[in-house]
Amino acid sequence: MAQVTTTQQGAQYRRSTIWEWITTVDHKKIGILYLFTSLFFFLIGGILAMLIRTQLIVPDNTFLGPATYNEVFTMHGTIMIFLAVMPLNAAFFNFLVPLQIGARDVAFPRLNAFSYWAFLFGGLLILSSFLFGAAPNAGWFGYANLTTLTYSPGLNVDFWIFGLQILGIASVASALNFFVTIINMRAPGMRMMRMPVFTWMTLVTSVLLMLAIPSLTIGLVELTFDRYFGTLFFEPSAGASVVLWQHLFWIFGHPEVYIMVLPPFGMISEILPTFSRKPLFGYPFVVYSGIAIGFLSFGVWAHHMFAVGLGPVANSVFATTTMLIAIPTGVKIFNWLGTLWGGSIVIKTPLLFAAGFIGMFTIGGISGVMHASVPVDYWQTDSYFVVAHFHYVLFGGSLMAILGGIYYWYPKMFGRMLNDKLGQIHFWTVLIAFNMTFFPMHFLGIDGMPRRIYTYPDGMGWNFWNKEESIGAYILGLSMLLFAYNFIKSLRSGEIAPADPWDARTLEWSIPSPPPAYNFAVVPTVTSRDEFWEMKYGSNEQSTAQKTNLNPTAEDERHIHLPPPSYYPLVAAGGLLAMGAGMVMHGDGMAVSWYIFGAGILVLTFGLFGWSFEPNH
Amino acid sequence: MARGSVWLKRAVTGACVALLVVILGGCSFFGGGPQSVNHPAGSNMQTIWNLFVPIFWMSVVVFAIVQGVLLYSVIKFRRKPGSPEPHPTHGNTKLEITWTIIPALILAVITVPTIATVTDFAKKPDTGITVQVVGHQWWWEFDYPGQQVVDADEMHVPIGVPVYVELRSNDVIHSFWIPKLAGKQDVVPNQHNHLWFTANEIGTFRGQCAEFCGEQHANMAFTVVVQSQADYDAWLAHNRAPAVNIPSSNDLATKGQQVFFTAGCVGCHTINGMEVNGVKALGQVGPNLTHVGSRTAIAGEVLPLTQENLAKWVHNPQAVKPGTLMPNLGLTQDQANQVAAFLESLK
Repeated sequence: MAQVTTTQQGAQYRRSTIWEWITTVDHKKIGILYLFTSLFFFLIGGILAMLIRTQLIVPDNTFLGPATYNEVFTMHGTIMIFLAVMPLNAAFFNFLVPLQIGARDVAFPRLNAFSYWAFLFGGLLILSSFLFGAAPNAGWFGYANLTTLTYSPGLNVDFWIFGLQILGIASVASALNFFVTIINMRAPGMRMMRMPVFTWMTLVTSVLLMLAIPSLTIGLVELTFDRYFGTLFFEPSAGASVVLWQHLFWIFGHPEVYIMVLPPFGMISEILPTFSRKPLFGYPFVVYSGIAIGFLSFGVWAHHMFAVGLGPVANSVFATTTMLIAIPTGVKIFNWLGTLWGGSIVIKTPLLFAAGFIGMFTIGGISGVMHASVPVDYWQTDSYFVVAHFHYVLFGGSLMAILGGIYYWYPKMFGRMLNDKLGQIHFWTVLIAFNMTFFPMHFLGIDGMPRRIYTYPDGMGWNFWNKEESIGAYILGLSMLLFAYNFIKSLRSGEIAPADPWDARTLEWSIPSPPPAYNFAVVPTVTSRDEFWEMKYGSNEQSTAQKTNLNPTAEDERHIHLPPPSYYPLVAAGGLLAMGAGMVMHGDGMAVSWYIFGAGILVLTFGLFGWSFEPNH
Repeated sequence: MARGSVWLKRAVTGACVALLVVILGGCSFFGGGPQSVNHPAGSNMQTIWNLFVPIFWMSVVVFAIVQGVLLYSVIKFRRKPGSPEPHPTHGNTKLEITWTIIPALILAVITVPTIATVTDFAKKPDTGITVQVVGHQWWWEFDYPGQQVVDADEMHVPIGVPVYVELRSNDVIHSFWIPKLAGKQDVVPNQHNHLWFTANEIGTFRGQCAEFCGEQHANMAFTVVVQSQADYDAWLAHNRAPAVNIPSSNDLATKGQQVFFTAGCVGCHTINGMEVNGVKALGQVGPNLTHVGSRTAIAGEVLPLTQENLAKWVHNPQAVKPGTLMPNLGLTQDQANQVAAFLESLK
């Protein structure tokens, strides 16, 4: 019976026309759009990584010239951070949060669609720079005054500024949406301390996004005024301190690290209990340490600036706060180990990725403590030691967990299972190739190889490890192609997924895979943490009684009110794109630029008006 | 049960051995390069390394515990046919407080020497010499205040004497780094940064810009020559002197001198004490060339300094170092050879 329902649902998804996808306000469809779009961007970022490793495979290589290499490494960082890891997390926020808290959609469904379209357009604006031969080339951190007109006269930096501004709007709108959703839309009985940890981490991340992005926005506005209107925020000859940019950037940039890694912490905290068949060890500690990390993340930014010359007092203070933030992070790791300990561990792909995450993230965390010691950082900063560190955090950490999350929730998203055997091969090749690629970067750091150099001379002792790393990177790339194959093939021919393929614990598994548009036929009343587990195995009568209510009847469905589809979010986001493109064109001195910018304002206004006066039912 | 635990013991032992092999094996695969930090030759880097080594071993212990427990759990507690349902433990407050406090103590232990060292590095030494370093896109200028010596891409310091380095930028942010002698310090426009070190080994040490500073960031290297006090004094005296006279017997160099003083080179470069037909070389944009022939490399260490390489460089700088701010003056190959001979003779 359950299987029949599932196939019907799957068929319903496939019948969706392009128009339905364009006008959708369904959080699940938007989540899937986020997932596909960010995986596409991830592929481009990965290709750029292959180009980087190919250039560095031998000394004095001329595969890429310096100008191209600088564009490639800048775009690799920008894409992986803003267009891959962040929106991959957003894909999970969108798909999962309403399901986990027992809601029918997010608080502002059309704003949610707007966030997606703005994200897509911001990403496309940045990527379009390749077509004009003017890809951003000042590093993803864009340190002033290298980014001023004097030193970066081309359009490269302009594409970067306006792409990031549009992405920032998308992120803040999305963060606001999830903050309100989690606070206001929880099912009856879903108290804060009963929320799944992934939802908790989404809440913390939303707060970080709302507070951190504006700092980047301000920096970018100042840079825009310097480049377009002749202000002197970053002009040393007029007495400016270019370190101002670094403060603004890293007040955004360090919380950003946690924006990328807290949602994966949440995913791990869902996967481990399911596959250990045990509740999360020390749920309150895990939640509170997540909140503590959120607070502390705003007090550690200057550890990116130890060598800038802020003076011994500032450096000591930020060394201390950085040591402090390691404590809640360590607590989480120990609690995950406590969850595994004494469990009945089912070795499936999601569990392997979760365990791999713990192992690899620990390495990145430990080298992070090394950088926190200021004098050690004087050596390690801007060397390959740091490149090793943040790839252990962002690839070994964030991305491993996200891959685990994709294997775990894919059945819920698409109604089909990913092939587990291919998944396990994928895991082991990723684990080995990842370490081949990034572990020796520690050695190169010890051998004094600086970051962001497009070439290096022979005789530095760097040849062997660079070659070995490049080989590792190619294997990693192939391994990701295997994943792509599994992902695409399983969409059509994967094993049909039941509602609850992993015998899991949280509410999203109580409804069919994929879930119907309205999610819950009957909004559940929550009586405990791990509510679905209680429904299945609990002794609580109220919980177990609900189980019978989960399958909807035709009668139920008729009474469910869902937000109608709308194309206004797309229109409004299109207006933003035109504004951004107009600004970039103005950088090139095109006369038509202000008209395009103005038209963008009109389209945005039209979109927002249409949106506001659209009937809601 | 017995069989399982033997297998586990073997796995754990194997993992420990593998870890040691990787650490020791790793040690033999790196270090010993011109910029390797693990055998420091200066006080500043020695202090950093001494701080790093204990932190490293603490890290190994933490790493081994976490990975050990992780592997042990996944292997030992994996589900077998007939495994009982695990006990639904929700947590253990005492245990959790313990593993909050122990890392906090470890971190406190690291923080104390960290802050002590930071303070120590920030003090200006009472004695020693001062060198003013100016970062340019993409080369380094070294001024010896009070000595009337200005040099490029090559820094000379005496052994055993504190060297106080004042850092200035002429354009964008750079970072001054001599891996074997000292940690890095950024070179920031409008900001007076400094660092100091005492070299304790005679020799040459390679340094490199460590902050991304534009197209040719990769080729912004320099050499530090650590000498005995006597050699250092002799070097200062030599470099203080005006440029040598080009003997008229050196026909190529004499022609090169004419080209140099007429083709526009003097707009950017200085050669102290040389005047040709009333023209002096007083340019401030590029490196001071008074004694360029005595250096070992050119253009941020892109090429070793030889007459042939100099000719290649002045003939078409963009071909040697794409993006360099040195313009192509349209010299013929003959003129480039003559200029190279001239520069090479400026010992």
